[in-house]
Amino acid sequence: MKAAVLVFPGSNCDRDMAEALRAAGADVRMVWHKDADIGDVDLVAVPGGFSFGDYLRCGAIAAQSPVCAALRAHVERGGYALGVCNGFQVLTETGLLPGALMRNGGLTFVCKSTPLRVATADSAFTEGYAAGDTIALPVAHHDGNYFADADTLAMLADQDRIAFTYADNFNGSRNDIAGILSENRRVLGMMPHPERAVDAATGSTQGMALFRGLVRQLADA
Amino acid sequence: MLAKVYVTLKNGVLDPQGEAIRHALGSLGFDGVNGVRQGKVIELDLADGTTEAQINDMCERLLANTVIESYRIEIA
Repeated sequence: MKAAVLVFPGSNCDRDMAEALRAAGADVRMVWHKDADIGDVDLVAVPGGFSFGDYLRCGAIAAQSPVCAALRAHVERGGYALGVCNGFQVLTETGLLPGALMRNGGLTFVCKSTPLRVATADSAFTEGYAAGDTIALPVAHHDGNYFADADTLAMLADQDRIAFTYADNFNGSRNDIAGILSENRRVLGMMPHPERAVDAATGSTQGMALFRGLVRQLADA
Repeated sequence: MLAKVYVTLKNGVLDPQGEAIRHALGSLGFDGVNGVRQGKVIELDLADGTTEAQINDMCERLLANTVIESYRIEIA
């Protein structure tokens, strides 16, 4: 499985993302934001961080970069994409996922491990879990308060596109949403960091099932 | 020409920063502040002849996220 990890000025989880993918067996290349060619890859990962200093809105400037035009083309071809934290914000700003991520309800930056419910196992990202599982993953964000209008929320629920929910909704997200899938289930955006939970040396390894499942599914594809 | 774009959260979208400002005004003794909505002002120094439609396009594509924000354009 071939993966590209996008790198913007201000990305800070790009290497963690690459390491997690490599640990699961992926062949990973890093792609700079000015590069309009991401190459022939199965997965594009949009990492966490503070792209372009979060100027204007989180992810808004990154969404206009040349590499995001290539990301959009990749997704339109049916390619897979994973956006974590700032990467989720970039995916909503590009319109590849619905909704928006607003300032946390409590206004504070929250950095901790938090319990999540796996809401669906029906995706390449979540097939390594069982629906209803509770896992703990790290979160570290100021703007993770998921917002979408009532129609969009109903659509996400009806189409089983909510991937993860917060067991303890600390940021005010609508319907406790921590991560959502695209209509074709090949794009996942989530605020928690699975790539920070892949090595016992740094705590949890409960994020590893996501990367292993992804590599297994895409290797067969 | 100069244009100002005012971006605020849409009505119905909870504004936690506005709420924090409202509480702070209350604690300073300013009674009767029923609501606060905060946002941002973007000043654009534009070539003469830029049309309002073009500024509108700038707002739709970058300056505002219309999922959560509304905007108002003021041309000086």
